[in-house]
Amino acid sequence: MTVESEVSEVSEVSEVSAASAETGPRFLTKEMRKKIEEITGRYPTRRSAIMPSLFLAQEEHGYLPGEVLLEVADVLGVPEVWVYEIATFYTMFNTEPVGRFHIKLCTNVSCLLLEAGSLLSHLEKRLGIARGETTGDGLFTLSVVECLGSCGTAPVMQINKTYYETLSAQGIDQILDELKAQAADAATDVESGSGGREGAPA
Amino acid sequence: MEKVLLKNAETPDSHTVGAYETSGGYQALATVLRDYSPDELIELIKESNLKGRGGAGFATGVKWGFVPKDQDLKKYLCCNADEGEPGTFKDRAIMEKDPHQMIEGMILCAYAIGAETAYIYIRGEYTLSIQRLEAALKEAYDKGYLGQRILGSDFNLDIYVHCGAGAYICGEETALIESLEGRRGQPRLKPPFPAIEGLYASPTVVNNVETLACVPHIVTRGAKWFSAIGSASGPGPKLYCLSGHVRKPGLYELPMGIPLRELVEEHAGGARPGRKIKAVIPGGVSAPMILESDLDVCMDFESLAAADTMLGSAGVIVIDDNDCVVRVATRIIEFFAHESCGKCSPCREGLSWAVKILRRLENGEGKEGDLEQLDFLCEGIFGNTFCALGDGAAWGLRRALQHFRDEFVYHVEKKECPFH
Repeated sequence: MTVESEVSEVSEVSEVSAASAETGPRFLTKEMRKKIEEITGRYPTRRSAIMPSLFLAQEEHGYLPGEVLLEVADVLGVPEVWVYEIATFYTMFNTEPVGRFHIKLCTNVSCLLLEAGSLLSHLEKRLGIARGETTGDGLFTLSVVECLGSCGTAPVMQINKTYYETLSAQGIDQILDELKAQAADAATDVESGSGGREGAPA
Repeated sequence: MEKVLLKNAETPDSHTVGAYETSGGYQALATVLRDYSPDELIELIKESNLKGRGGAGFATGVKWGFVPKDQDLKKYLCCNADEGEPGTFKDRAIMEKDPHQMIEGMILCAYAIGAETAYIYIRGEYTLSIQRLEAALKEAYDKGYLGQRILGSDFNLDIYVHCGAGAYICGEETALIESLEGRRGQPRLKPPFPAIEGLYASPTVVNNVETLACVPHIVTRGAKWFSAIGSASGPGPKLYCLSGHVRKPGLYELPMGIPLRELVEEHAGGARPGRKIKAVIPGGVSAPMILESDLDVCMDFESLAAADTMLGSAGVIVIDDNDCVVRVATRIIEFFAHESCGKCSPCREGLSWAVKILRRLENGEGKEGDLEQLDFLCEGIFGNTFCALGDGAAWGLRRALQHFRDEFVYHVEKKECPFH
């Protein structure tokens, strides 16, 4: 799949979502619904399954548009606001679309002391975007995050699920080049190569 | 010191059940199910004087002992793997390299308190840890260490992994419980303590990863062996996380109570060439920084408390003379303001107010009265917040303002940062 086709798919999804209220559930596949039912079996209340269900949905869709939240509430049989409050309280849930590669740079103290600030400037310059933004080609979103728990190998960033440690500006350039090459290679299975899609933790 | 918690870390495939069993793993479980009643196991942990490694340092055996013995009550165990304290990466190492050690500790704890369901609440960013835990749990079920009638006994236990989603506050035990119940991670009022009324209003023990990983070793080698390691007031092997301006950052396993100076200068190699250490945060950013001249303090709960700071998560962050304390303090308060759950006003409003002032100072726009305002905010936040998040933030800022007053004053008077 090329970058362009994935981007256009995302916009198609948005259009479909507008219609989903009338056409019934669209986002959660049969398999996902089955998986969610299985997850609810781990807890005495269905409310506890909201977070794992949102991770599942995000794994599939990359982010969580409002329609997905409604469907999760429906499948679990819980009030919509319960789902909405979870999706908006926890920072790992994306309520807005993110790029194919979500760069999360740690700037907490241990990384700061080893000049994560200049790495942030470098990333912004190199990608041509500010923190919190996505590149025009839909490839990269740049986020600044709190401690990733990798302070002994600071500075560190996480891209989708993969950690990149003891970073330097040069190292970042190499990583970005590799990801771009990977995205350009239509034959490459991006999901496995990038350490999995943004979304679910594992 | 002989490695205990990290003894398998360098073994090939150390995360697999085979490697763990080869090193003597799951023998503690077999021993306990054969020879110990739940109460006898609790007594053993009390005798070992194991104190919780998550930050608060509460006696683990005592915590287990608080759980009611009533057979009809459902009880829960939660392993707190939401390691989020900046400067800390020890639990991640255990889960990535030796997850069975923690799982065996969980099974033993569940047996002691009579829990048949346990959850591992792990931060969602830790993808490799999550994969390793899921795989390890499957191995443990296949081997009969989990599930129904464990090792032929009448003890049953299921363990599930539950992923957090980026909220630091969920490391606080009652916020963790709220989150597991499917709510926003906002702390509960205590009492009731979780041991009486925790997850799903049932008696619940919440223990840190490293705490639970100590348990099999105590069973195998004895309470006396454990309590003889390091500080008598809170003994045992300890994982220290070294980061920041040191030559050899990384994870070190050493006895509880090792002098901070020895840890920083001998083990982590001291300051980088041409630099001098200026301050050290001993226990993650919730722990106030101390001056270089105070580095002889011992890394245990009591000694650090006497030095007006804390062992916390043992995330040791070293700051050298080339960096700015105002910059560091600003970043720490930005962190706490961002992670404030918003439940109580002193934390929510006070920290964001403090951030505005600190950013102003660091940008050379400080005003007369700013430092006094920060002093006032620290006083207004500390002791007046719902949970320890606000306390840690205000305590650390207050100590930074005291230790490095001149540096703060310089920012106000000269309207510039001398370092950046």
